[in-house]
Amino acid sequence: MNAQSYIASQAANQPSRINSAGRRFASLFITHAILLTGVAFILLPFIWMLITSIKPPDEVFNAQLRLWPKQFYGIENYTMALTSAPLLRFALNGLIVCGGILIVQLLVAIPCAYALAKLKFPGRNALFVLVLLGLCVPEQVPALPIYIGLAKVDLLNTYFAMMVPFFLSVFAIFLFRQFFRSFPDDIIHAARLDGMSEFEIVWRIVTPSAMPAIAAFAVFSFVAHWNDLYWPLIVISDVNLAPPPLGMMFFSDAEAGTNYGALTAAATILTAPLLIVFLFARRRFIEGITMTGVK
Amino acid sequence: MAKVELHNLRKSFGSAEVLSDINLSIKDGEFLTLVGPSGCGKSTLIRIIAGLEPQTSGSISIDDQSIDHLRPHERRVAMVFQSYALYPHMSVFSNIALPLTMTALNLYERLPLIKLLSPRRRKIMKQIGEEVKAIAAQLQIEPLLGRKPAQLSGGQRQRVALGRAMVRHPAAFLMDEPLSNLDAKLRVHMRSELAELHQRLGSTFIYVTHDQVEAMTMSDRVAMMDAGKILQLGTPDELYARPANIKVAQFIGSPTINLLPARVGQDGQVELSGKPLPIRANLTEGSNITIGIRPEALQPEIVTHTLPHQASLPVHLRRSEHLGSEKILYFGVPDVEDLTVTSRVAASVPDASLKITNLAFDPSACHLFDGNGERIEVAAVASGRQSANIDKRFLPTGSHVS
Repeated sequence: MNAQSYIASQAANQPSRINSAGRRFASLFITHAILLTGVAFILLPFIWMLITSIKPPDEVFNAQLRLWPKQFYGIENYTMALTSAPLLRFALNGLIVCGGILIVQLLVAIPCAYALAKLKFPGRNALFVLVLLGLCVPEQVPALPIYIGLAKVDLLNTYFAMMVPFFLSVFAIFLFRQFFRSFPDDIIHAARLDGMSEFEIVWRIVTPSAMPAIAAFAVFSFVAHWNDLYWPLIVISDVNLAPPPLGMMFFSDAEAGTNYGALTAAATILTAPLLIVFLFARRRFIEGITMTGVK
Repeated sequence: MAKVELHNLRKSFGSAEVLSDINLSIKDGEFLTLVGPSGCGKSTLIRIIAGLEPQTSGSISIDDQSIDHLRPHERRVAMVFQSYALYPHMSVFSNIALPLTMTALNLYERLPLIKLLSPRRRKIMKQIGEEVKAIAAQLQIEPLLGRKPAQLSGGQRQRVALGRAMVRHPAAFLMDEPLSNLDAKLRVHMRSELAELHQRLGSTFIYVTHDQVEAMTMSDRVAMMDAGKILQLGTPDELYARPANIKVAQFIGSPTINLLPARVGQDGQVELSGKPLPIRANLTEGSNITIGIRPEALQPEIVTHTLPHQASLPVHLRRSEHLGSEKILYFGVPDVEDLTVTSRVAASVPDASLKITNLAFDPSACHLFDGNGERIEVAAVASGRQSANIDKRFLPTGSHVS
């Protein structure tokens, strides 16, 4: 190519380059605009909760929509929430219930998932189909028989009653089974040759490598049971055993009445632990989801 | 130290038979290689010996004691895997120490936290630590003991996997393509290291590979497998010089052996493209056979000056490849399309002299295979043999021309 034609072609290229940069900017702008709209919709209730929790009662019901309160009333609301309701008790109950559920779920689901993913035995596929079918059973279906059973053995109004229906998580079995399937067989073979029993292989070799999946599942499980109102409402009538949502309900009925400022302050306090858990597990959570290709 | 014996070993997955009637006796301290194309059942065989898969029938014994009922870790064998199979979340030290901790410590001494209660444990762990360090020193991986497998290169992982196998002082080492994940240069290096290791340890090695060069260079004996059967068992030399089967002939040796279609004429006289050769085969007239000639046994006229007792094949040059000290020539044969004949000569042979030439070969260097691919012995070499008058300058190094 001679110099002249090179310059000519450069000149011809110039506008197209500007064009493509502009187009890229526009597409980025549109993508982000759409995403930000979505974020706004998702975050709005949360932000509204935070703002209401620092508003005085008369401003909560003001017809004028205001983002920031004229009068900062946070201290009063939070003091009210902390003093008039056993919020820490609710949080502790939530922690015990969610922690207990998660631990038993992992203890059961990990060996099950390993067996379904790596061991060869007759009926394995049939069992896996049962697991898949188990995913389709809503929790409300077995509620009545479990309730009657708990009543018969006099276990209503206990932590155990709140946890027992969730001990066996088919979702966890499914999630871990998908994850374990990609675990190299050779490593399991090597462990067998080194003298490990199957249980040791599960807990010492396979589980440590499944941390992303476990973290992801932990977040799912913790959030779901922390926020669960349905089951505790059925089996718990003692305020001292109430997990956060049920406690909030008791609180709004008895103490706060229509004091939404204090109510949202309580809600904020009770959501905080979840947020902290998620922030810690966030990276692994996302890894786990993308690696297993579930949800 | 152990002698490993396989008796009538069979394995099938459903109706597909992967191994049929394998009988093999591996001597104490022998380096035996199972070689064959992928899917020939060699990996399955080594897994059955390790106890990782059950055989359908037949038995395995080590030192005349049956090990069929034993679980993998009770069999006194150690295995090195193609993928190394290191425990990803454990340090190199823990990886190598694991087989020892599994045998030396009981269940409670292995449980987290509870293990700290055992007074015995600390002493045992100290011994194990020393043993691991000694192995690491042998393999020159001492500085790596604190690292995780993900921080190691392929060659280093390979050594760690070897260390984990060695630390158990097994009766036999089973190696399942341990070098095939390494790059070419490192593979050559590790090949000689493995051979040295075998000499030093004096243990029985059973080595699986699909690479005939590994099989030829490292082994005492080679078992060539195909479609679940052992086609030939012998020293690397025997497999090369007297292949029992056309598949063995094709698999062993690089460049691949030349296979020329031929037929048996009157009195068992072998005819190559209609021309009688000075060799006979004990087969009925009209049988189709295949002649196999190694590339170094097939020399252009300029090298051999065709001797009276030699046969020759008119050819024309298609392509030549320089490999430094030697070159590989690819010839076309007139009248036979698609047939390429390979010859290995010294790099000094000028291409110009090869445009159209005759390839001379000694009839005694021919391997004959019948229609089923089985070797048939050359019954007689017809004309009297004379000492060859070969221009030594043009011969590739290491070639055998009688």
